[in-house]
Amino acid sequence: MDLITPGSGLIFWQLIGFLGLLFILIKFAWKPMLAALEERETSIENSLKAAESARNEMANLKADNEKLLQETRLERDNILKKAQEASVKMIEDAKNEASKVAAQQIENAKAVIETEKRAALTEVKNQVAILTLEVTEKLLRKTLSDEKAQKALVDEFVKDIKLN
Amino acid sequence: MTRKLLALSLLLSAFLLGFSSSTFAAESEEDKTSFIMHHVVDSHEWHFATFGHTHVTLPLPVIVYSGDRGLEFFKSSDFQNHETHKFGKEFAHEGYFIDDHDHLGRVDGASFTELSITKNVVMMFIVIFIVGYVSLSAASHYKKNGAVAPKGAAALIEPIVIFVRDEIAHKSIGPKYKKYVPYLITLFLFIWVGNLLGLMPGAANMTGNIAVTMTLAVLTFIITNVSGNKDYWKHVFATPGVPIPMLLIIVPVEIIGLFTKPFALMVRLFVAITAGHIVILGFIALAFIFESYAIGLVSTVMVTFINIIELLVATIQAYVFTLFTAMYIGGAVAEHAHDDHH
Repeated sequence: MDLITPGSGLIFWQLIGFLGLLFILIKFAWKPMLAALEERETSIENSLKAAESARNEMANLKADNEKLLQETRLERDNILKKAQEASVKMIEDAKNEASKVAAQQIENAKAVIETEKRAALTEVKNQVAILTLEVTEKLLRKTLSDEKAQKALVDEFVKDIKLN
Repeated sequence: MTRKLLALSLLLSAFLLGFSSSTFAAESEEDKTSFIMHHVVDSHEWHFATFGHTHVTLPLPVIVYSGDRGLEFFKSSDFQNHETHKFGKEFAHEGYFIDDHDHLGRVDGASFTELSITKNVVMMFIVIFIVGYVSLSAASHYKKNGAVAPKGAAALIEPIVIFVRDEIAHKSIGPKYKKYVPYLITLFLFIWVGNLLGLMPGAANMTGNIAVTMTLAVLTFIITNVSGNKDYWKHVFATPGVPIPMLLIIVPVEIIGLFTKPFALMVRLFVAITAGHIVILGFIALAFIFESYAIGLVSTVMVTFINIIELLVATIQAYVFTLFTAMYIGGAVAEHAHDDHH
């Protein structure tokens, strides 16, 4: 057969064979295969995207945690500070209260002492008065005989009493 | 590397035996090289080897359609001398004969159409079977397992599919590439497997046959022009930016251009593959011409070397045919948003 003259039989069989192959492969091989490839590519792409977003979420979560921790620390510090302040205040208050009470007690004691002193003084005065009366009585009995002496004595007494 | 090449060459030289005895027996130089053309062109029988007087051949069906006699079936051995296995006008059978150039003829000279299953047709069916079988088993992997990592035949076919889709179709055709991917993959596999199997000893030069490349080029031509959009045809018949008198020259050139593109595809593949086969067989023929074992050894080393290059050519030519097909389709479906830049 010739080199550059196409044979009719070959063309005929090739058209049948190649087109047959083409249609069978398109229907049963390439369509399912290309679809599967595309599906796989999209699934890989989606997986990569999901991984990326998961990583971002993780980072966000970490940042959130860090923030939360920071806030918690601040709050703890605040609470500690407040507690310290409160305790200091309480101690101070207690001290104040105590000193107030003590002062009050001292005051009260002083008042009692004063009252007692007054009472004692009154008692002493009464006793003195009684003693004086008794002395006076005895003196009077002794000196009543002399009128002049009596008068002088009374005067002196009166003078003394006034001075007192 | 050299040692491996030599070892491989010696091994391959065993195939020379297939040609040797009949060729050594030939007298003239022309007879010693005639097996080259005999291998390169199509044939009505598949001749594998000749050992002395034993011809290892596969007789093939000869199918003829003629207006007056209808469809007729023979087999190629009907037209042969049973002793010498040679075709010739003198061995006519039922009004037909195959001459010594392997041409089918009719004794009474009336017209007929030949639809024989020749050597290349058988070769083509083998290629179609292999491509079909491997591709279908690859596809069944996805049907069974869904969109998972490829295995087996799928692992072989998938890189090719992805290469054709992304590197050839997508890059050359543009956004509308998806529709053409199946044709391009089939085209690539058909040519590639055909080229590779053609390199096997005793195989037929199927992809180096002009009828085969012509049919593929015609399919590409049809697909390209059926896909052609308004811009494509406008470019052919009213090339934008060209003055009207110039159109008288440009339009015929453009119209010729429509046909030269597939013609170039046809010739490129045919020449590349046939030339490769002729070079390989030419080196083998040297041994017979010089009738020397030393030359035989040297030529086998060369044949091995060329064979390795041919493996490369087989892939490159399949790639180039597919790529150019994609580019022609790409040119036909491209949207020109601007016409003033041409």
